[in-house]
Amino acid sequence: MRVQLSRAGSLMAGLFLVPQSALAAWELNMTPGVTDVSKDIYSLHMIIFWICVAIGVVVFGVMFWSIIAHRKSKGYKPANFHEHTWVEVLWTVIPFGILVAMAVPATGTLLDIYDTKDADIDIQVTGYQWKWQYSYLDKEFSFFSNLATSKEEIYNRLDKNENYLLEVDNPLVIPVDTKVRFMITSKDVIHSWWVPDLGVKKDAIPGFINESWARVEEPGIYRGQCTELCGKDHGFMPVVVKAVPKDEYEEWAAKKVAAAEKERRLTSKDWSLEELMERGEGVYNTACASCHQADGSGAPPAFPALKDSTVATENMDQHLDIVVNGVSGTAMQAFGEQLSEVDLAAVITYERNAWGNDTGEKVTPKQILDYKNAQ
Amino acid sequence: MSAVIDTHDHSHDEHHGPAKGFTRWLLTTNHKDIGSMYLIFSFAMFLLGGSMAMVIRAELFQPGLQIVEPAFFNQMTTMHGLIMVFGAVMPAFVGLANWMIPMMVGAPDMALPRMNNWSFWLLPAAFLILVSTLFMEGGGPNFGWTFYAPLSTTYGPPSTTFFIFAIHIMGISSIMGAINVIATIMNLRAPGMTLMKMPLFVWTWLITAFLLIAVMPVLAGVVTMMLMDINFGTSFFDAAGGGDPVLFQHVFWFFGHPEVYIMILPAFGAVSEIIPAFSRKPLFGYASMVYAVAAIALLSFVVWAHHMFTVGLPIAGQLFFMYCTMLIAVPTGVKVFNWVATMFRGALSFEAPMLFAVAFIILFTIGGFSGLMLAIAPADFQYHDTYFVVAHFHYVLVPGAIFGIFASAYFWLPKWTGTMYDETLAKTHFWMSFIGMNLAFFPMHFLGLAGMPRRIPDYALQFADFNMISSVGAFMFGATQLLFLYIVVKCIRGGGEKAPAKPWDGAEGLEWTLPSPAPYHTFATPPEVK
Repeated sequence: MRVQLSRAGSLMAGLFLVPQSALAAWELNMTPGVTDVSKDIYSLHMIIFWICVAIGVVVFGVMFWSIIAHRKSKGYKPANFHEHTWVEVLWTVIPFGILVAMAVPATGTLLDIYDTKDADIDIQVTGYQWKWQYSYLDKEFSFFSNLATSKEEIYNRLDKNENYLLEVDNPLVIPVDTKVRFMITSKDVIHSWWVPDLGVKKDAIPGFINESWARVEEPGIYRGQCTELCGKDHGFMPVVVKAVPKDEYEEWAAKKVAAAEKERRLTSKDWSLEELMERGEGVYNTACASCHQADGSGAPPAFPALKDSTVATENMDQHLDIVVNGVSGTAMQAFGEQLSEVDLAAVITYERNAWGNDTGEKVTPKQILDYKNAQ
Repeated sequence: MSAVIDTHDHSHDEHHGPAKGFTRWLLTTNHKDIGSMYLIFSFAMFLLGGSMAMVIRAELFQPGLQIVEPAFFNQMTTMHGLIMVFGAVMPAFVGLANWMIPMMVGAPDMALPRMNNWSFWLLPAAFLILVSTLFMEGGGPNFGWTFYAPLSTTYGPPSTTFFIFAIHIMGISSIMGAINVIATIMNLRAPGMTLMKMPLFVWTWLITAFLLIAVMPVLAGVVTMMLMDINFGTSFFDAAGGGDPVLFQHVFWFFGHPEVYIMILPAFGAVSEIIPAFSRKPLFGYASMVYAVAAIALLSFVVWAHHMFTVGLPIAGQLFFMYCTMLIAVPTGVKVFNWVATMFRGALSFEAPMLFAVAFIILFTIGGFSGLMLAIAPADFQYHDTYFVVAHFHYVLVPGAIFGIFASAYFWLPKWTGTMYDETLAKTHFWMSFIGMNLAFFPMHFLGLAGMPRRIPDYALQFADFNMISSVGAFMFGATQLLFLYIVVKCIRGGGEKAPAKPWDGAEGLEWTLPSPAPYHTFATPPEVK
């Protein structure tokens, strides 16, 4: 209660201070974006907006005229008309005509948005609570994209940087002048993948693959967010798309393919407890800490504590099963598909030795591979 | 039909008063008592749901997490929506229907008075269950008032089953209320009151009642499917078991879209009573008003998927729902034009009911404009699930439904209490609400267009300034509603001028032929309507 009061106090104090953000912008309108589709959408938006303004001027004009001129206090005597057939017909037919005129360009743009044929590159976008996975289907590599903003900034212990909440560790990289098809799905709840500058918003739904596409002309970084309520950290799963020249893209993709190869080799390496712990801490902080907390204390009952839990200190098989296969009917996901064998081994080792769990036990990537193969 | 009424012609206990004490309210079958209870309940829920909105706006006052954690924030947005829709707006209109429909059609009471009592008393039970989930382990509903599966099923908190039970009870209450309204209007109209002579408030409620009967069972169906998924191992909405999460949205919005008209049509009716009264001129285009409401109600059944333009519907579906949605603009436009034509060349005065009614027309039209923009499917890809949508539906619900309720309350308070409300305070209430509401919701259009998603507890820095303005407006709007409470309490306690039978010189209708306050039993003998 006292904490809340002092928070309320600081909120009141905030009223009298200049807002802390130097970047505050008074953005009023939609941006036209950087693709043909987003520009078409922008022009539809402006047409319908001006139509509404025109209708509003006429309707409110007549109304305000009455409000000002036809007042009882000015001694105005009321008329007694209450019907007028042709006026009524007119104000039914004219709006209908306007709507038909509006439907024509809208239909054209919609057909264009739905034309996902002849894509040069296919990227599968998979939503998870609360991160995105990008799989480059032509190149056989994939990676996760997590929020990069620190908890310190979110909880106001550090100043917020200019891309606060709109920055990720690994952005989606696409080449310019290329038709990129996005195949959007989800592994848990419904998410929605939105990049305003690309004019793409499509729901990521478990069991469905939705298609969308973009051809970006201009190299640059385009930011968006998840737009379908997907649970606790819905506000913390941004989308960042980096459009780069084609040769730069090929170079980047080649590095990613090589890295994926290296990852596979790491699985057969011999790992020491220290190495696993070091790697495990990083994995834990990106994959686990948002629910189970950085100190392993969790947020019961939805997110159990790992510190001193029997699963993380005694029962190894159960620990493996939960991390790899998830717990059905709860928020615990199956990480077997999301993390590499090395990362799974590292994070389980970390959980069994961090925060005073000190079992001294380690799990190697090879054990994980055997465990998965045995299933 | 009228045989039922005639039997009471010379009954000796026509003027007996209400019972004494608590049993008067617990056991009452009197439409005026039940109407009052509905209105008081709805205002209590309005304050509760409103205080949750205050929590939301306080958290969004600045970027960063200050006051509440995201998990609790989601419970606040969810409960705010559920309480305002099912607890504040719908019961308020049922309360108005209870008070006014019998007096407007010349009936002695509602047709089914015992059921009337039961449908009211279910509501406090339902909301006790709903609100108690906030104190349960794992918290209350946190999946938005639209409770999309699988977030609300596989991933929902343990209290979800209580939420489902509460929705079922509310649904039963609404269905019984709707049956009662239809039975009253169909059977208890005074001799001579043909359908096309009924006041528009009665007409809009008749149509609303049919909408309720059509869609509340659909809502019950969808929550029952959730119940089965959660507790009995079915997979209606679970893709892993062969189910379909999109099916949830189709069923929900088949209820949900007519539901938004359930919340606005009675307000259309009330405004159609108030505008002519203070324009001192008959309503323009009575018949076309009735047909427009019927057209809106019918169209409301074939537009539900416009809430789902981004789920990946096939192109044919997308086009069908876009065209049908745009069509709704035609009958809605007719209504607005008719109201303006009613004011045109009238002799206008601006007492509180008229102020709220005029603000209703202007601001509801703005909400209609953003609705038309949202109907354009390609543009909706940019608007969908952003603050633009939040701005849109608050513009149709706050100055729409809620201003409609305030207008009705001020319009009929003299009839209910026999005392005139304090006009100066009421006008203050109006202007503070008007300014606060626009400050709170207009900047949300800009936020949405600039790219701020809805239902987030924290936001990027470029959204900071408009969010702060919006929060200030929301606090102002919220605080002002306590003034309304004071005005009404003062009026009930008789602190003001005595109200004549017909306090508004331009008002028409049977209710104004009764003395103020309206006696406990009215129209025991049906009046003659010419």
